[in-house]
Parts: sequence; structure tokens; C-alpha cells
Amino acid sequence: MPDLTDQVVLVTGAASGTGRVHCQRFADAGADVIALDRPEAVDDLGETADGVLRRGRRCATGTADISSLAEVASAVDSGVNELGRLDVIVANAGIHTPNRSAWEISPEEWQRNLDVNLTGVWHTVKAGVPHLGPDGGAVVIISSTNGLRGTSGTAPYTATKHAVVGLARTLANELGPRRVRVNTVHPGAVATPVVRNPATYKRLRPDLDNPTEADAIEALTARNLIPVPWVEPVDVANAAVFLASDQARYITGTQLVVDAGLTQKTT
Amino acid sequence: MTGRLTNKIALITGAARGIGRAQAVRFAEEGADIVAVDVCGPIDTVHVPSSTPDDLAETASLVERAGGRVVTEIVDVRDSEELRAAADRGAAELGGIDIVCATAGVTSRGTAVELSEAAWRTMLDVNLTGVWNTCTASAPHLISRGAGSMVLVSSIAGLRGLIGVAHYTAAKHGVVGLMRSLAHDLAPHGVRVNCVHPTNADTPLIQNDLVRSGFRPDLDRPPTRDEFAAAATRMNLLAVPWVQPVDVANASLFLASDEARYITAVSLPVDAGSTQR
Repeated sequence: MPDLTDQVVLVTGAASGTGRVHCQRFADAGADVIALDRPEAVDDLGETADGVLRRGRRCATGTADISSLAEVASAVDSGVNELGRLDVIVANAGIHTPNRSAWEISPEEWQRNLDVNLTGVWHTVKAGVPHLGPDGGAVVIISSTNGLRGTSGTAPYTATKHAVVGLARTLANELGPRRVRVNTVHPGAVATPVVRNPATYKRLRPDLDNPTEADAIEALTARNLIPVPWVEPVDVANAAVFLASDQARYITGTQLVVDAGLTQKTT
Repeated sequence: MTGRLTNKIALITGAARGIGRAQAVRFAEEGADIVAVDVCGPIDTVHVPSSTPDDLAETASLVERAGGRVVTEIVDVRDSEELRAAADRGAAELGGIDIVCATAGVTSRGTAVELSEAAWRTMLDVNLTGVWNTCTASAPHLISRGAGSMVLVSSIAGLRGLIGVAHYTAAKHGVVGLMRSLAHDLAPHGVRVNCVHPTNADTPLIQNDLVRSGFRPDLDRPPTRDEFAAAATRMNLLAVPWVQPVDVANASLFLASDEARYITAVSLPVDAGSTQR
């Protein structure tokens, strides 16, 4: 895998799911990790840190409400102080949307999605970018296939995941001269609790009263070109590590899709 | 540390120099064996310097030095029968084919209305039909494995229009359509198909008077490398005039490897931000 020895990566949403696997894979590649998540997730964050330490790398943990710039900045500053530098930012923290049509979403739900999925990414970048060194760095924003196309029942999620593409493209223009590269990763369904839960199964199989995971897997697999229901967190992390590494030193402003062909399947 | 392509066999067209050679060497460094294909000679209507048998031999020697086995084949990608025979010979000698890089391509210049029919036709024959020939010649080998990865080298001209290369732009866009359809056709066989889209790469294909002059129409002589660099840098977001062949090879390597096992039908620019400028 690409080499990130002795670099420091900031990962948000690091306590669980794909965020934790980002931390593990960056540690596998030789990086130290600043792992951030919500205060409520502090125990899980500790487990993430253990995973990094087991790989022989350092880990600084911090908690913040991603929708609060002051909290994010404070946590990032403290992490950078502890580990001494910052080279890579992985803006991974995000929430999903209740399965309701756009006109049925409450203003509070709409705003909460924007606060976390969009403003939270901006906060992460705003807090992190000033710490990137004179040699530049890389920003990887985790979007979604919903950052490239819409699906029913996901209006605020889809809006925010599109919006981070606009943010990334602008940042790529602004930070190019400083040799900071900015790219987005677009996973399809990922095998995490965000997907593997009864509510999602119901969204995938509205034809059934009580769909099981097997029913959902059937529907998910049918959506993809490659006959798998979902990608694993490690596949998203591998893409992020590649984009963050020197092997992608001239890749900026782009969208890397990790979706088993979901967005290209036409039938 | 194990290689990222250990025990894989890659067929690469345009392997004599430039991006194709970089892919061959980089893949070999990661454990792959290589079927290296190139026309090794001039092509009508194409005025950039042509590759030679010596170039292909140099690639072979670099692959061997990196620890890979190599089979070389001098074939024009426009000749589907020869290409199929070459793929079959390479597969027989090395033990199959797992990875295909359709890299062979040419450039020539002319605005859309001024292009000769011959220049237009040659461009489509090499840069589009040649890719299709490469994929179809190799596909049976990947299908028989039930696995594999194809990397088609498109261009930023596969994502946007550029001045003075209408035929090139049409062909490189066509490759994207081909890639997306192939991804459908081959997914049931476990084969992934993706494109890489380089901006100017530091290869003989752009480092020549013909291409350089297109970037500096204000000069009444071919620009120097530095004058070309200044103009080329303005195309990109990052402050570099061009990418190196190894950068395209690294992106191809990622897409060819198991790290990208669920990535198919995507376009990956290696363009220093050019398409976002």
C-alpha cells in the first residue's frame, strides 16, 4: 500500500464505522492519527485509538460537536500540538437522513444534516488547513454516491453530499498553489450499521412488511455492477490512503467513486 | 513486504515508452509479469516522433531489472487479429492475463474543420478502435480467470474539449463510453474496467515541436521546453506544467490492484486539477 510514514492524519467520525477503519489503514501506511468524534462516542474512540497503537503508531483523540467551530478548532489544535504536525485531513463525520420525502422533512432535520454533513466538513477544513505544513498536504472529503445523484427519501443527505463536492472543487482552486490537494471519495452502500439496520432494510424493500438482511442484500446486490451488496469500510479507506499519498501527488479536485458500479448501472 | 500485484500478469499497449513503459516498470516493481506491446514505428498522418524496437527492448530490460518476466510483441493496435494472437502468445508464455492497460495512443493537431479525413480516421482507428481491439483481444483471458482489471488511458480531453484536437477529444470521450459499457459487460465475470485521465504528461507525445507550438500560437517558432512549461502550467491548479508517466502508472496500479476491488466504471483524472480550473 502507499507509504505515509511519519505523517499525521486527522480523521473525523473516527469512533466507529468507516472512520475507525480510516484510522487503522492510515496507521497501516505508517501515519499517526488524530481521531475526533462526538463526546458521546468517547468509549468507542478509545477503541479506535487502541487499534492505532497496536499498529505501532501514535494516536491523539479528541471530542467535539462537529457543528461547533470552536469545539472542532480546539480539538484539532490540541491534537496537532500533541503529535507535532498535520499532513492529511479526512473529513469523514456524517449522519444519515430519516427516510422521508423532501417535503416531509422538518426544518430541524434539514438543518441538522447541513450542520453536520456540510458545515461540519467546512469546520474540519477550516480548523485543519492552517496546520498543514510548507510542503503542502491532502484533504480527503468523504461524500457518497448521493453526492453524484439523488435517491428517494434522502433529500438533505443528498443535498449536503453534493454540496461538499462544490466545497472541494473550490478548495482545490484555493489550495493548489500551496500544494494542498483536495478530493472527494464517493462510496456506495458501505457495510456499517448505517446501512445494516431494519430501517434501511425497509427503505430497500418497501414491498415487504418485515424485510430481513437477506432481503436487503438481494436488493442491494441487484443495484451494483459487481455482484456484491456493499463495499467494506476498508475499500473506502484504501481509496482515501491512495489519494492522501504521494502516489496521487498530481490528483486534485476530483471525485473518486468506490461503489461497485452502482452509479453506472443502467438496468 | 509483498507486492500489490504479486503473481499478476499485465498486458500493456504503448509499452515502448512514456506512460506505457512507466506502467510496465511500476507493475513489475509490485510483482507483475508483463506482456509489452507497441507498434514500434511510424503511423501515417501522425507527426510526433515514433517509438522504435530499441525503445521496447529498453522497457523489457527495465521490467526484468525490476524482477518481472516480460514478453514483447511488436503489433499495431489497429490490427485486431495480430493483437489477439499477441495476447494469446503472451498469455500462453506467462500463464494468463489478469490486467490490461490500453495505453497506446497518438496525437496530431488541427481544428475540427481543417482536419483531413485521413487524420480523423487514423485518430479514431488508433485511439478508440485500438482500445476496443485491446480489450476484446484480452477479455477472454480475464473472463477465463473470472477476475481482472482493465485500465483504459483516456485524457483530460475525455472529460472536456480542448482547442485544435477535435479528433483526439472525440476519441478520448469515446473511450469513456466504451469503458462504461465494458464495465457492464464484464462485471458478471468479475472484471473491472476504469479510465485514467492524464493532463499533459512528460512524454515524447507532447514534448515535440508540433504539440509545443499548439500551446504558444503567439510565437513564430517552436517554443522551448521552458516556454512550453510556462504555458502548460497555466492549465493546471497545481503549480506544475505536466505530470510524470509514473504518476499515471501509480493511479493505474491502484485501479489494477485489489485495493480497488470494488471500483469499476469510474474516471480517475491525474490532471493536477486541470479539469477543475
